[in-house]
Amino acid sequence: MTPRRSRRPGLPGFGVSLGFAMVYLSMIVLIPLSTIFLKSAALGWRGLWGVVTTPRVLASCRLSLVASLAAAGLSGALGLVVAWVLARYRFPGRRVVDAFVDLPFALPTAVAGISLTTLYGPHGWIGARLASLGIQVAFTRLGIMIALTFIGLPFVIRTLQPVLEDFDVEVEDAAASLGATRWETFRRVLFPTIRPALITGIALAFARAVGEYGSVVFIAGNLPMRTEIAPLLIMTKLEEFDYAGAAAIAVVLLLASFAVLVVLNLQMRVRDRDAETA
Amino acid sequence: MADPKTPPGSGSPVRRRSGEPPVARWALTAVAVLTVVIFIGLPIAVVFTEALRSGLGAYAASIRDPNTLTAIRLTLTVAGLAVPLNLVFGLAAAWAIAKFDFPGKRIFTALIDVPLAVSPVVAGMMFLFLFGSQGWLGSWLTAHHVKILFAVPGMVLATVFVTFPFVARELIPLMEEQGTEEEEAALALGASGWQIFRRVTLPNIKWALLYGVILCNARAMGEFGAVSVVSGHISGVTNTLPLQVEQLYDEFHLTSAFSVASLLSLLGIITLAAKGFVERRGRAAGAWTERGEVA
Repeated sequence: MTPRRSRRPGLPGFGVSLGFAMVYLSMIVLIPLSTIFLKSAALGWRGLWGVVTTPRVLASCRLSLVASLAAAGLSGALGLVVAWVLARYRFPGRRVVDAFVDLPFALPTAVAGISLTTLYGPHGWIGARLASLGIQVAFTRLGIMIALTFIGLPFVIRTLQPVLEDFDVEVEDAAASLGATRWETFRRVLFPTIRPALITGIALAFARAVGEYGSVVFIAGNLPMRTEIAPLLIMTKLEEFDYAGAAAIAVVLLLASFAVLVVLNLQMRVRDRDAETA
Repeated sequence: MADPKTPPGSGSPVRRRSGEPPVARWALTAVAVLTVVIFIGLPIAVVFTEALRSGLGAYAASIRDPNTLTAIRLTLTVAGLAVPLNLVFGLAAAWAIAKFDFPGKRIFTALIDVPLAVSPVVAGMMFLFLFGSQGWLGSWLTAHHVKILFAVPGMVLATVFVTFPFVARELIPLMEEQGTEEEEAALALGASGWQIFRRVTLPNIKWALLYGVILCNARAMGEFGAVSVVSGHISGVTNTLPLQVEQLYDEFHLTSAFSVASLLSLLGIITLAAKGFVERRGRAAGAWTERGEVA
């Protein structure tokens, strides 16, 4: 008699659960998503290229990618500080600050959008002060970046925090006892350990920011060629019934965020394998 | 303030040599608190100050407006359909993935996360391409007088798509970690499949399940971009709360817009509180997997 494989128990429900899950996945995700690719494929390579390289589409895609990258970078820098402080220091109000970090996940994007616009608008609490310094945030690219940083921050903080909490303090003590300054310990010992998590957080923030619509659309000026993000241009094209054009831009956005996630997945798999062989 | 050298409640050993000088500590804490206050605290404070700017009477009137009430009903309907659908899917997918081995499991698991990488606008657009008048099923639907787009079914579908992975993502790692031993023991004792699920599996996963449902519900009630594409944008008919907020804001009814937005903000705050509660209870019950919780 052959021994039964340990992960292949005689538990019931395999066929039903997998069958249902696959049909549901196909109906909700795979078939609808394929319409985007088929719609843009109908344009042919040359047509697709023609749509994507029109100045307005090019400008909006470039703006979306650059603003998302800048916001992800800013989220990375500020998020590292917040995660560090939350993971390692104890101060009054820490739990409240910690709880608020998740708010961008829980707050509907349209609410974030109108509230950020008011806050940074010419009469807003921050906007009015910046205006007196000659800095305009609302309806400019700076505003787009602020909104995308709002969305991106929690991704970085929540990816870094567990890593920082798990870090063995004795390793730092060892570095310190060997005569390393605090900055050297951070740069040579701590940073290499948290770098993968930092990159993951930044990449997740970027992937989310590229397609973000609700929190940006109010604060962006929505001027073609200047402050029009790619998801908004898709919306405009849909309203003009230019479905193929909308699909072409969507393909660019999808490829950008899929590429980021695939790279992340591979990186994670390499790390898992290294951890196993080590 | 507690002695910084022995952080209360953090199981870490006493810091000896390492640690930042007090000035750096203080400066870093200030930057962190300011970041969270400016980027996250102030936006939520703005919602409530703007909502109450014209007094409680105006606030109450905005909430009692028939169009707002319809939007509340529609939002509850959409979430009330989308969340249970994704709950059932999450349970089915996690059961198959965590308790059995099958070819293609890795790809199947990865595909579940795909909606997280799709722009909400693109999510709505897919259903426009499927069901729109130029779409694949458009003419058939028109011929049979089935209305999906610019009506509740389309909005539910778009919402199901954007909230698709939330329950499954919480359950899969936890159920994988828990393995199959308890279920197999129950099976050996003669329990039926349904009994195994209800009496053995469900108690083990209930906190993670609840956590997934909370996240799924928050996103379902707050979704804007995807629903915006497939909604008819008719106030009092096909506007959910987020769409109603947009419409009021665009028509310069700022107090009303922020009043309706305050309802959604309350939902967000309740979500955070519920999430925190479930996390603490789940951890206390030992039913939790430690990982970056990124929704």
